[in-house]
Amino acid sequence: MNKHIKKSEKLLSRRQVMIGAAGLSFAVALPDGLNAAVLSGERTGTAISPWISIATDGTITIMSAATEMGQGSMTSLPLIIAEELDADWARVRIVPAPPLDNIYGNPGFGGMMYTAGSNAVTSYYRPLRIVGAQVRRVLLDNAARKWGVPVEELTTEPSVVVHAKSGRKLTYGDIAQFAELPAKAPEIKPEQLKKTSDFRLIGKDVMRVELPAKVNGSATYGIDVQVPGMLYGAVLRAPVEGSVPHRIDEARAKAVPGVTSVVRLPHGVGVVAETAWAALKGRQALIGAVTWTRTGTAWGFDSDKGHDAFAADAKNLNRPARDWSSQGNARGAFQNAASTIEAEYRCDYAYHAQMEPLNAVASVAPNGDAVEIWAGTQSQTTATEAPAKFLGISRDKVKLHDLLMGGGFGRRGNRDVDFIMDAVMLSKEVGRPVKAMWTREDDVHNGRFRPMSAHYLRAAIDPSGKLAAWHHRVAADRITPFMDPVRFQAGGGRDGMVMAGTDVRGYDVPHQLVEQLYRDTGVRTNPLRGIGVTANKFATESFMDEVARKRGTDPLAFRLELLKGTPRAVRAVERVAQMAEWGRKRDGRALGLSYIDYSGSQVAGIAEVSLDRASGRIKVHNFWCTIDCGVAVQPDNVIAQTESSIVYGLGMTMSERISIKDGAVEQSNFYDYSLPRMNEVPEMHIELIRTDNHPTGAGQMATPLIAPCISNAIVELTGVRLRHTPFLPDRVKKALA
Amino acid sequence: MATNFTVNGKAVSVDAPPDTPLLWVVREGLKLTGTKFGCGTGLCGACMVHIDGKRAYSCQTQLSELSGKSVTTIEGLSPNSSHPVQKAWLAENVPQCGYCQSGQIMSAADLLRQKPKPSRAEIVEHMSTNICRCGTYQRIVRAVERAAREA
Repeated sequence: MNKHIKKSEKLLSRRQVMIGAAGLSFAVALPDGLNAAVLSGERTGTAISPWISIATDGTITIMSAATEMGQGSMTSLPLIIAEELDADWARVRIVPAPPLDNIYGNPGFGGMMYTAGSNAVTSYYRPLRIVGAQVRRVLLDNAARKWGVPVEELTTEPSVVVHAKSGRKLTYGDIAQFAELPAKAPEIKPEQLKKTSDFRLIGKDVMRVELPAKVNGSATYGIDVQVPGMLYGAVLRAPVEGSVPHRIDEARAKAVPGVTSVVRLPHGVGVVAETAWAALKGRQALIGAVTWTRTGTAWGFDSDKGHDAFAADAKNLNRPARDWSSQGNARGAFQNAASTIEAEYRCDYAYHAQMEPLNAVASVAPNGDAVEIWAGTQSQTTATEAPAKFLGISRDKVKLHDLLMGGGFGRRGNRDVDFIMDAVMLSKEVGRPVKAMWTREDDVHNGRFRPMSAHYLRAAIDPSGKLAAWHHRVAADRITPFMDPVRFQAGGGRDGMVMAGTDVRGYDVPHQLVEQLYRDTGVRTNPLRGIGVTANKFATESFMDEVARKRGTDPLAFRLELLKGTPRAVRAVERVAQMAEWGRKRDGRALGLSYIDYSGSQVAGIAEVSLDRASGRIKVHNFWCTIDCGVAVQPDNVIAQTESSIVYGLGMTMSERISIKDGAVEQSNFYDYSLPRMNEVPEMHIELIRTDNHPTGAGQMATPLIAPCISNAIVELTGVRLRHTPFLPDRVKKALA
Repeated sequence: MATNFTVNGKAVSVDAPPDTPLLWVVREGLKLTGTKFGCGTGLCGACMVHIDGKRAYSCQTQLSELSGKSVTTIEGLSPNSSHPVQKAWLAENVPQCGYCQSGQIMSAADLLRQKPKPSRAEIVEHMSTNICRCGTYQRIVRAVERAAREA
């Protein structure tokens, strides 16, 4: 393999790009001056499609529409194209696609360029197969014309067109020298795509393209960028959303050698300096030197008290709520129930803790009519849109270099791109390029959290003993209207990121009702790996276990009975039970099970835990997990992502907690926001269940399994139910007392 | 006043305030950006380098402490990613986002220099200084074991 991620500064001259994916666009003219010289550096070759260009030396450049934060999409998406193109993978170069939504937009997010929701492969799979097949067809047609033979007689081997009858061959590079492009892309019917059994790349493991650069320090993240004339910026941010600086004692920052200016911003006070260290020291010097207005909603809010209020409202059926989803007639079924079971659960705010603190470099043109931005972002669309809006310029005047992200987990996708705007605002103010960096404390204090939630659930058992009805009331801080008001409106005012996972998909429960108690505390929130699914599945999968136990049924048998109409679910659950040897008693340890249909991916997990009662410390010894995400484009990467999402879920279950006092975040850094370390991670045993279903997500599916698995295991071990994540030792001790 | 020391075998002379952390000297001054800023408080290990052959948090080491010392960053660990730890990291497909991995690799190389055949428990203890938010821990253990085997 000799692929590199290459970003070129060269500008692509106006060229007519002939072929796009069906349903995306055709005959698109790339405008001048765009950061589209991503077509493979010095050898751009012939752009046969906006996605694919082929150089005469056989190098194939493929555009990556998704941004890379460690999840592997920058490899998986081009691999899908290469499969149908029948490209020699060793000759493929991958470059980030420019921010042209109409060509590269994610069909799963209304066409915006947005990498989130474990959705890239799911949404791009079909269109990118078509793209690859179309270009392959163009190459075949050109070879057929050249040789004067019917195209039906031609086949391909990796990067070679073959005419078996005459023994002639032409490489894709050869064809690029004379290729004529049709005015319209050839139509590809589904049956013309490769059969799964003919795949050469999909389902086989290739090394992720950016991996070699990640073991020698050469991988470039946003924070690594340096441009000529660059200054450094740091911002002391308002303690509460909506608060603005009132009085600023600038002199304290200006006394730091190297500080060149102190800038009043809408959300804080910026310090610009000649060196990174001077900027950080200048920011530090401002602590206590700025007073803030008491504007904004969250002032006075206390998350502990707020949680009690959320829980009381969730439980009080007279408190108004909106129906989120319903099936059958749950309210009626409760009236006819032979018995009911009820329970409450709570989840705290949680923080992304991506390892690369937020940052960006921006260079605003002296007259303010253009800006160049270097940043890691989950959305090329919002990364260009928000700066354009701020500067009052059109989006094509924003030149974006999207770089590798040192973690995203949902933090780098909010509509207002707060992680980019510091650099844009400061650069505009000082007239020079600025690298703006958040300290870890900024990143925590001004995080955008997984919301706090309280859950009330009740189940109706009918006279025959069957689970007849399910009722779940969720009181939670809103996400979507805060993180992306545009999507909130477009989605009809539904806050899916909070409510996802409240369904009990797969289980046969005739009557179901889910209600949302919409809350807005003013605390900053965002999607975070697992979104609402993590909190909601902690509630539903723990409650499923409670119902089973109350009825005296084994939790595995109870689930399998309810899942029997969902064969993929049964397979995932049965297999994980087999792996963990469910039913085998162990000394001082116990098992807990959970199952989730997460966006179509079937995941099941079992935790093996022990408990030190004196300290309240839980130890997870083993975690078994099965995942069926349909076609696994990169099987080992699915395993890696599952390991990753297990560890992420472990942190949110065991230690990660953000609390709010008087509207402000109480935690600051990794000494009081504790992430899983190697000595806290269980042995993970993961099995990929291979099926031919359309690929579904793999990036976060196991995260929501962890809390219910551990809660269910602790009940098995002690008879005591843990109802509030994270399961901090003090909480565990209190529950056991 | 300039401070003289070596970085990756080359003599450097750095004129910066004496309290400047080595992290910012190597990253912004010497443009060796493989060493990462993670927490600024010696809690995450993303900034790990070697000083005189032992691992050290570059965010917690001031320029004033460096006179005459020998610093190695990820860029100087090997000329061509050929250090056994780097090779093992690729063989086990360890990195995800990759941001912490320079620090992980520097910590692992330090361990293997002290103890060429560490036990699993020793690996876990030594490496628990370094946070990986992507949770690549299981692969890191495998990679360190592989590097110990293949070195």
